[in-house]
Amino acid sequence: MKLTGAQMVCESLLREGVEVVFGLPGGAILPFYQTLPEYPALRHVLVRHEQNAGHAADAYSRASGKVGVCVATSGPAATNLVTPLATAMMDSVPMIAITGQVPRAAIGRDAFQETDTTGITLPITKHNYLVMDTADLPRVMKEAFHIARTGRPGPVLIDLPRDVLEESAEFDYPDQARIPSYKPTLEGSTPQVRKAARAIARAKRPLILAGHGVLISGASAELRALAERAQVPVIETLLGIGSFPGDHILYLGMPGMHGQALCNYAIDQADLLVAVGMRFDDRVTGKISSFAPNAEVIHIDIDPAELGKNVRVDIPIVGDARRVLHALNREVEQASRPEWLADLERLRADHPQRIPSGARLTGEAVVAELCALTGGRATVVTGVGQHQMWAAQHYRFLEPDRWLTSGGLGTMGYEVPGAMGAAFARPDEQVWSIGGDGGFQMTLSELATVAEHRLRVRFIILNNNQLGMVRQLQDLFHERQRVAIAYTGNPDFVKLAEAYGIWAQRVEAPAGVRAALEAAASVDGPALLDFRIDPEENVYPHVPAGGSVAEMIEAPAYEGARS
Amino acid sequence: MSVVQTHTISALVNDLPGVLARVAGLFSRRGFNISNLSVGHSETAGLSRMTFVVEGDEWVVEQVTKQLYKLIDVVRVSDISHEQIVVRELALLKVKATASTRAEVVQIADLFRASVVDVADETLIIETTGDEEKVDALVKLLSPFGIREVMRTGRVAMSRGSAATGSRASRIGSTEASAPDTEVVP
Repeated sequence: MKLTGAQMVCESLLREGVEVVFGLPGGAILPFYQTLPEYPALRHVLVRHEQNAGHAADAYSRASGKVGVCVATSGPAATNLVTPLATAMMDSVPMIAITGQVPRAAIGRDAFQETDTTGITLPITKHNYLVMDTADLPRVMKEAFHIARTGRPGPVLIDLPRDVLEESAEFDYPDQARIPSYKPTLEGSTPQVRKAARAIARAKRPLILAGHGVLISGASAELRALAERAQVPVIETLLGIGSFPGDHILYLGMPGMHGQALCNYAIDQADLLVAVGMRFDDRVTGKISSFAPNAEVIHIDIDPAELGKNVRVDIPIVGDARRVLHALNREVEQASRPEWLADLERLRADHPQRIPSGARLTGEAVVAELCALTGGRATVVTGVGQHQMWAAQHYRFLEPDRWLTSGGLGTMGYEVPGAMGAAFARPDEQVWSIGGDGGFQMTLSELATVAEHRLRVRFIILNNNQLGMVRQLQDLFHERQRVAIAYTGNPDFVKLAEAYGIWAQRVEAPAGVRAALEAAASVDGPALLDFRIDPEENVYPHVPAGGSVAEMIEAPAYEGARS
Repeated sequence: MSVVQTHTISALVNDLPGVLARVAGLFSRRGFNISNLSVGHSETAGLSRMTFVVEGDEWVVEQVTKQLYKLIDVVRVSDISHEQIVVRELALLKVKATASTRAEVVQIADLFRASVVDVADETLIIETTGDEEKVDALVKLLSPFGIREVMRTGRVAMSRGSAATGSRASRIGSTEASAPDTEVVP
């Protein structure tokens, strides 16, 4: 069957199970857009900015478990995809970006809206393609999806010159991608798994560090089985949140810079770390030389380059988290560790994660109330900053894949297009977006798209009229010299939402939190809540960048605090 | 303590546009130092062989190897530093040689079994093949006469014996079950 390049793209997307693409048209990509009406099964969501198309595809992917797709034209549209591609790359999110390019003959001549898209995106994609022959398109599309979703997932970009989209060639879609140089290791080595089981049996004070890999591989059940069978308490990294039930007796919390003090002390005292699908990010370890000083380390990851990259590993196991944990569960012995668990309970009692209460309205209290209202089962999308850490600390997730956040790259503004993407993946559910007034203003153009589709997104703005995390850093580590943090020109977010036809309400006192959340939850369509929180509130604990547990700053005693 | 050394790494890569940029980009992004890089066709159509000289300790070499494997177009990587290998480099040297010095320059070239491949009024082009030390020594000896231009290909290396170069490759991330134990902290 002969098809144009544009038809091939649509046909391939359908064969890969794609239902929604997020994009914005332009000159070079136009042949694709003019072909879309022939493929009514492909739903195109017209966004207001290409960056948001990228984040929406990323969040759609995280929420649906499918490959998210975004489309942009050449030049400035392609460069607008840089941030979402880097975000997806850092967080191992499978995503396909399709970009238009100037016609082949114009490449390299600085044509209108020409940019070296594959060159620019080389270090922020798992792989990328510039297709110079329409006949290559079926193979490239098949390979791109295969690479994006297998192994350690990641974004793949396909750059398509306009005339490649227009030309016709034979379309014969391959059943399988054949890439001899790409064969991810899935099964863990049996001797290494046995070694790991022996180490767990030997350990007196073991901990599991669960990362994003547990969620990506769908290993929550295997993780729980291991934790319960061997009685190993579980710590979740920022991206691993939700991989283990937040109400489980063996659940401890998040480690690192803004992790619970309990977790950091536990790691300090542990004699064994079982790290699964995580990468010992600097926000987790702090100062490497004083991180887990007494612990042997088992590191399970599908990406061999992560093993030994940041932390010395005693038992490295390359493989898919679910398969390795499954194998490990068959080897590991049943155990009980009453002393270790009692020690941790004492630590928990000595270092509670408090929520300020009383007259001040704080982000912690809003998140805790949201968690209570939604029973720990909502889809929560955040931006980056104080609100993100409060959400990570105080929303107890009971189910996997409900927590969507930009962890590695730390992309402010992710919450608006992210919540939009998640809402397309979960049309029957409410999606809660938690952001600050800073990040929200970076991507709020997508309110129009959210309003247009009447998505059930509830935007929570924890508004302190400033860049709160930067202010906190200045207060704690720069002699309280506050520079460039005040947002004195903020709009009235309620009126702004209403301008888009979005229901909105302002909340200024703690007493109004629950009622406002309930009111927002009952709105049919989008809603926005502008919480005027105490601008002096900090995120605690705070381990200074590159610092050790000994340098951890814990929360001051709050008045009327509850834990 | 980590010891900084040089390692010779041989990689088999897909012969496609942009592969060199991917490899070079990886080195610069991850902060690896390569003092030497050569690329050419391999014995298999569609595959090129790259030879790098990497400076760094064991941790660096392990990371270079693993990160290279993550590139989709990289087929095989091997650190052949500790193998029995033949190392060669080709150099062309344009040396100032007048009627009075020409005989002496040619004599030095002969000592190195280098050949004169071009003769002009005031210069000679000398071609030599050998390991880096030999080329360095020749350059040093010819310097007093005045070297106008130096072109060196960089190191290529091949395993001795009948086994293919890099056949004992650290096939991390492909079919082998697990990465080697690592003992190095950055």
